[in-house]
Amino acid sequence: MPLISIKNVTKIYNTERGRTVSLDNVSLDVEQGEFITLVGPSGCGKSTMLNLVGGLLMPTSGQVLVNDEPVKGPGPDRGVIFQQYALFPWLTAQENVEFGLRLQKVPKKERAERAMHYLSLVGLQDFANALPKELSGGMKQRAAIARAYAVHPSVLLMDEPFGALDALTRVQMQDDLLETWEKEKRTVVFITHDVDEAVYLASRVVVMSPRPGRISEIIDVPLAYPRGEEIRLSPEFAEIRARVWRGVHHHE
Amino acid sequence: MTARKAEPEALTMATPTAVAEDTEKGERSLKGLYVITFFLGIGIWTLSAVLSRNALIPTPIDVVASFAELIANGTLWGHTVTSLSRVTTGFLLGVALAIPAGFLMGWYWLARGLLEPWIQFFRTIPPLALIPLVIVILGIGETAKIFVIFLAAFLSCVLATFQGVRNVDITLINAARVLGAKDFTIFTRVVIPASTPFIFVGMRVALGASWATLVASELIAAPTGLGRMMQQAAQFLQTDRIVVGIIMIGALGFIMDRLLLLAERRLTRWQETR
Repeated sequence: MPLISIKNVTKIYNTERGRTVSLDNVSLDVEQGEFITLVGPSGCGKSTMLNLVGGLLMPTSGQVLVNDEPVKGPGPDRGVIFQQYALFPWLTAQENVEFGLRLQKVPKKERAERAMHYLSLVGLQDFANALPKELSGGMKQRAAIARAYAVHPSVLLMDEPFGALDALTRVQMQDDLLETWEKEKRTVVFITHDVDEAVYLASRVVVMSPRPGRISEIIDVPLAYPRGEEIRLSPEFAEIRARVWRGVHHHE
Repeated sequence: MTARKAEPEALTMATPTAVAEDTEKGERSLKGLYVITFFLGIGIWTLSAVLSRNALIPTPIDVVASFAELIANGTLWGHTVTSLSRVTTGFLLGVALAIPAGFLMGWYWLARGLLEPWIQFFRTIPPLALIPLVIVILGIGETAKIFVIFLAAFLSCVLATFQGVRNVDITLINAARVLGAKDFTIFTRVVIPASTPFIFVGMRVALGASWATLVASELIAAPTGLGRMMQQAAQFLQTDRIVVGIIMIGALGFIMDRLLLLAERRLTRWQETR
């Protein structure tokens, strides 16, 4: 049984300018523990797909199942990491991580321990008491990752989380994310428009095409984790990267 | 990656140290200018009062003397306490009602549809224009004065609160929802803190409006109060005493505004400053 099952999902937006078909009869299964990246040009419906799984949007037709249950709304079993970090600016890093735990009525002491555990996992143990404005972009996103991890979701949904970061920080964040992920495996669905990032992170790359949003190709990435520079610079990587590149740009 | 640790009290928290130092230097020289401009102002005032040869224009010395006299005979204290309690009561009542009303309007379309047209309409009427009607209905007692101040404070604060709720970043609400928060929690833990900066702006505008309304309401009919004291002094051409009243009102308004600013800085220290 797949952990996430998207079945014949269509999503139509009715706007003042008329109907937009954001997703057109899309189906996708994601297995437990997979790292999936969704890549495609803007308007291909990748964010819509993520929000449908997250429960922030409802499909026009079709079904989204997580753990065999239809998605009825957002819930702590599916953590979401936003491109804009979305940390609560009035809370410290630790208080941000504790936010979801508080809602689950986790006792104070355990809350603090779990928050510190996940802050350490992303390398922010020394910044527990810092406010978001005192953190750099990359650190903010790490805090957001820790916050999502802390509530123990079975799925992590990441919507272009590194899109606002500079190229060097971005590569560092990719390595750190994989490291975190290997320490505590979760099923990840990760959106990006960066082909390199898509291939480097994923066990499977889902290539999407726009107008109407469809899955045009699914490419396996049979490269072993842990990954590092040698993988990034390997001929195998280059070959898969080329295939994804053609898949993305063929439709433009 | 290194964190930019800034002093918590500094205004320039998100900026690198070099810039912060520049700003500090700038502030230091500004403080010098404040002192200079204070004495310059007093000097120009004295000079023009003396040169005008008009006995009705008081010099700073006349005003200080009058000030000392009013303190000595105990009347200034009484007037000040009355005025201050009127402003504070009206202001606090207005703000206390404006904040929940603004939240309701921002959160529930029903409340917005029912309340907003009235607020938008009454907002365009200066509260002073209502004084004649209020006097007829509520009389010339404390209730009438406090009511007008209350109205002024309420109308200036309610829209700011409403705007604050409307401006809450939808991503923050979504972030709370995906962590398992329901409507009530989102409201108390996200919407209220996120709109605090807007509420403070509303409160400071409301405070200004309260003082403006107070003086006018006391000029019409009041046994005591700073406005009354000035009105009385005018009848006896005691212009020095009028100036004492003006300075008191200015100083009290300024101190209250600073107190609000201090509270705002403490409570919204988390804000990104650009």
